[in-house]
Amino acid sequence: MTELFLIVQIAARWVAVPATEVESAVDIGAIVAVPHAPSTIRGLAALRSRVVTVIDTCTALGLPPCTEAKRAVIAQVQGHHYALLVDALDDVFALERLPLSSGLPLDGQWAACASGMVDRDGEPLLILDLSRLVPGAVAIAA
Amino acid sequence: MDDLLQEFIAETRETLDALSGEIVLWEATPGDRARLDAIFRFVHTVKGSCGFLELPRLGRLAHAAEDVLSAVRDGRRPADTALVSAVLAIVDRIGELTEAIAGGHALDDVTEDLLIAALAEDAAPPTVLAASTAPTARVASSSVRLAVDLLDRMMIGMSEMVLARNELARRLREHALDARVEGALERLSLTVGEMRDTVTRTRMQRISALFSALPRMVRDTANSLGKAVILDVEGADVELDRELVELLRDPLVHIIRNAVDHGIETPAERRAAGKRVAGQLIVSARQTGNQIVLGISDDGRGIDESRLVAKAAASGLRTDRQLAMMTDAERLELIFEPGLSSRDVVTSISGRGVGMDVVRANIERIGGRVALRNRPGCGLTIELQVPLTLSIIPTIIVAIGGEKFALPRQSIEEIVALRGAAVRLDMLGGTTVATVRGRRLPMVELGSLLNIPDAKVTALAIVATRDGQYALGIDEVLDTEELVVKPVSPAIMATGLYAGQTLPDSGDPLLLLDGTGIAAAAGLHFTPASEDRTEAPVEEARGIAALLFDDLDGMRRALPLIAVDRVETVPRAAIRRTGGRLHLSLDTGVIPVFANGDLPDTNQVAVVRLTDGASEYGYLIGDAQEIVSLPAQAAPAAGRAGVAAVLMIAGEQVELVDVHALFAGELAPPADRPLCLLRCDGSGWMDTFLRPVLEASGYRCTSQMRDDDIADVTLAMADAAPQRDVAAGSPVVYLSRQPVAGADAIYRYDRAALIAAVAASAGSRRA
Repeated sequence: MTELFLIVQIAARWVAVPATEVESAVDIGAIVAVPHAPSTIRGLAALRSRVVTVIDTCTALGLPPCTEAKRAVIAQVQGHHYALLVDALDDVFALERLPLSSGLPLDGQWAACASGMVDRDGEPLLILDLSRLVPGAVAIAA
Repeated sequence: MDDLLQEFIAETRETLDALSGEIVLWEATPGDRARLDAIFRFVHTVKGSCGFLELPRLGRLAHAAEDVLSAVRDGRRPADTALVSAVLAIVDRIGELTEAIAGGHALDDVTEDLLIAALAEDAAPPTVLAASTAPTARVASSSVRLAVDLLDRMMIGMSEMVLARNELARRLREHALDARVEGALERLSLTVGEMRDTVTRTRMQRISALFSALPRMVRDTANSLGKAVILDVEGADVELDRELVELLRDPLVHIIRNAVDHGIETPAERRAAGKRVAGQLIVSARQTGNQIVLGISDDGRGIDESRLVAKAAASGLRTDRQLAMMTDAERLELIFEPGLSSRDVVTSISGRGVGMDVVRANIERIGGRVALRNRPGCGLTIELQVPLTLSIIPTIIVAIGGEKFALPRQSIEEIVALRGAAVRLDMLGGTTVATVRGRRLPMVELGSLLNIPDAKVTALAIVATRDGQYALGIDEVLDTEELVVKPVSPAIMATGLYAGQTLPDSGDPLLLLDGTGIAAAAGLHFTPASEDRTEAPVEEARGIAALLFDDLDGMRRALPLIAVDRVETVPRAAIRRTGGRLHLSLDTGVIPVFANGDLPDTNQVAVVRLTDGASEYGYLIGDAQEIVSLPAQAAPAAGRAGVAAVLMIAGEQVELVDVHALFAGELAPPADRPLCLLRCDGSGWMDTFLRPVLEASGYRCTSQMRDDDIADVTLAMADAAPQRDVAAGSPVVYLSRQPVAGADAIYRYDRAALIAAVAASAGSRRA
């Protein structure tokens, strides 16, 4: 059984995001900083009449900040809208969700955020769980 | 009550409309459980509302139908066609009655008994039922029920429209504008602005929607428990978001039931505890800063902490060791533990398994807090603090460095410019203290708190929190705006600095600062205002009452009224100097009196009879004036024996007599002013020339010694008859008529030397 996945580039790597989790993909304009917020939170941005919290996905994955990223995917996690910065967007594909190969040593936060993998024309891509990139939300749910 | 009735009518109509399809289907398949449940729910709801709204006829119908349907649900009766028809007839009738209530016209009730009778198991086949459905004109409803979701979408659409208008205006202004385009744009702006206000208001609801049902609920609950409870509702006009009103309903109802059931004692217990028989329940709503505070306060028995602790130990929720280490506040918090009700007996009112834990969870889910103030034996106050997010609040937009933030206007007392003379900043240790018109406030520099570089503080916003005030250093005030504030995401909320986020017309997101959170982040600790201070009696603030009078020496003075027994006139002859002081003879005995000056030469003297409850004292006065309320502001009169304070009454300085000193016998009567004996030589010079000078310098003068008088100093002319009487026992100052005189006399016009000599002589005698 195949699912729809949006293929995006984060920190120079292509990853798959379940299309059902994504509301839209947008260009992010001006970002208003939020003093004292965790470093994962880049700030707030206006998305039409809505305010979204911009997540620096690279920082969330334990990598250096993705300063170049100007695009983002919008996801709703626990009633709040987040814009997750991505380097580039590819397209949506119908792919089959595969379990992570056992013994695959994922480093750092990748392991915490990946929920499986897909095979795009022979190229394996990690499936990222967007809600796990969002700080605070998990802690509240626990 | 009218609102509730309207709501009931709207709801019944709506359900009936939705139900009509179900009813037809049920008729076709009477065994369909889902349809049956839907109809059961409807009649059950109607029954419940009828009891509440006092609609007995509707209630009777619904009750009968509910009984039958419940029998069908339990399988005690089959759902045959006769039963279905009978139930449907009742549902129809409920619809008719509802319309009759809405239209305000009467509907005869002849068929209702028949309808109910038709529900009976052995009822004859319904023949009469088809009668009497005379078509009644449906009254146009004045309100429409809308899904909140629809309102939300409307709100979002509205905001989009405002942003689009702003963008359009910006773009158009880049070019020279045709006056007609300008006019059209102006009109568009105005309309959009008005629209937004209207749409915004659709989300707001007065909290009275929540409160209006309370009096009845409290009454019913109290009655069923045999208690008397007086309900006070305050602040019903506070507006808050519709959604919040709904979310607050259940917690509020639960807390109030708890208060009536567990908190307020039975009349007998209350009488035994010396309280008023009727318990008091105060439900209040107020907006403080960025919060709505709902307070539910009862004067019942409060929470028995020790029992809570015992129960926690018994149920194994906490170990004894943990319990022993808890503070009082933490012990109180145990009430929020699941399954720990302080009441041992579960009652039908509040013991339905819904505890304070659920209340707290519900309030915290909407970002609120539950605070308890327990007064064991005297009552409990529960405060639900609900954030204003979801709602529209007036804000002040401030700039710090290059950043902008919003502050809730309610929490700002004032904004003062730093360059003004009214403000000064001082370093107190490592912290900055702002003094604003004499008021000293801790200062928080917003720029450095938020790590914003290039902040130049030019103004102070005086922020009032629940606990105290502080001055917030900001760069400048940009604007004031009413904003729709939405909650921030959890990770941002966790910083504790922000109360919400919003999107103003500019299109740039804006964070709403939380005044209390900033104080906490800056490490300000206010001593919480004590209960006593808020409940201080008003009388104290008004000042004590006092008797204003003219004293014997001509001064206007005041005596605390509480010490005054009465004012009366006594014969001059009743006052005698006995035992070294003045006494007043009364029929009942003798009391000491005090005179602050010479006794008047009249036959009658006014005396204020003072009492401290045990002993009495008299204060001779010239004339009683009036009873005044003493101002709170008083200048202390340190070092002036007999004067407690100097007060300003009606623009005049008045000395308040120190009654304590009076009763303590510490007051030296003016008799203690040194007495000068003037040896007059018959020329009258001494009396006319010398006497005023001496009296002005604080001496009493006499030319004729009375029996009990002792002169401190005697003045005599050096050339007078050598009557150097040592009998007076006082030093004598001799005066000469000529400047060239003997060494032992002073020239009588050498004023300074004369005064000095008298003072030296009097002093030597007294020492």
